Amino acid sequence: MKLLTLNFLTCARKTCKTNPAAFPLHPREAELEQIEAEINPLLIQNLLPRINWEVLKTISQELGLPSLPESAPDSEDFMTEEGEPTQTLKDLHTLLMEMNVQNGKLVCGSCEHEYAIKEGIANFLLPSHMV
Amino acid sequence: MSEPVANGEAYEEEHVHEVYEQIASHFSSTRYKPWPIIERFLQGLAPGSVGLDVGCGNGKYLAVNRDIFIVASDRSPNLATIATTHPPHSVCVADILSLPHPAHTFDFAISIAVIHHLSTATRRTAAIASLLAPLRRGGRALIYVWALEQEGSRRGWSEGMEQDVMVPWVMRGKKAKKGKGGGEEAQEDRTFHRYYHLYRRGELEESVREAGGVVVEAGYEKDNWWAIVERGEGEG
Repeated sequence: MKLLTLNFLTCARKTCKTNPAAFPLHPREAELEQIEAEINPLLIQNLLPRINWEVLKTISQELGLPSLPESAPDSEDFMTEEGEPTQTLKDLHTLLMEMNVQNGKLVCGSCEHEYAIKEGIANFLLPSHMV
Repeated sequence: MSEPVANGEAYEEEHVHEVYEQIASHFSSTRYKPWPIIERFLQGLAPGSVGLDVGCGNGKYLAVNRDIFIVASDRSPNLATIATTHPPHSVCVADILSLPHPAHTFDFAISIAVIHHLSTATRRTAAIASLLAPLRRGGRALIYVWALEQEGSRRGWSEGMEQDVMVPWVMRGKKAKKGKGGGEEAQEDRTFHRYYHLYRRGELEESVREAGGVVVEAGYEKDNWWAIVERGEGEG
């Protein structure tokens, strides 16, 4: 599961939806793997305003990745004058699209329920008493 | 057969979820061509749009537009695994009635051939509400469900017929192979039955309104009713 995806996930329990502590979910015992992906500057540039940078910073820190800059990069710094992707864009691409949590769990900060991640796929099915 | 059972969840586990889990790979090999209205909906989205594909199956709609980002989910872990082969999108295992997504966030959602598998009217309406809750204001959901009115199809269902039905899925067995040491024995065909609620004309729109949604556009295409829906002004 990509780090980008964690910006769009929260606890599956209805009672947690309104609790700010349920977002983002916290990765634990995470096995990270970098999986190469084709860079799409148009997508990243347009996704940037949709990404909660604070969330991304928190998650990166919890995963023990190098700390991110205080604020999100400026998309004007994404392409060189020759129209090639800059290092800023490449780094962001790696972080959002290539870093994957392959195994581990996601923990809700509100109810502390743990969702397993196996072979890159998080499982949000709840036992019936928790629905 | 009327509304199947009091415990819709357990019923669907046996007559929908377990079946898809077992037929996943065969089912997937027969599902590759996107339907035109859905393809157009996805291609019409602005680059960088973020959305959901709830009940993504083998992920055939994840191949349509690479300039958007879709968080797809399916109830079947086997199908979710098959769906992971479509960059840049993401896939997880989730139930439409308990989706793991923040409210008021997404630009769009699609749910294709999913809601007709829920076994009571209450659960079907709850599924639509669940699909609308993650949408931002102005965000749109595209919903497809199987129609009762299928006079042209080989199934021959039509107006006035029973709406809650079991539909067979036949997995063809292998033919016997001759070879050294006796070869392989033939395997028999296996038939699985999936539960469907067939929607009559107007029923999808009624359910959308009950779920607090507003129908923007709706129609009929190849044995299916479809609707493009926005979240109502009522909530949030």
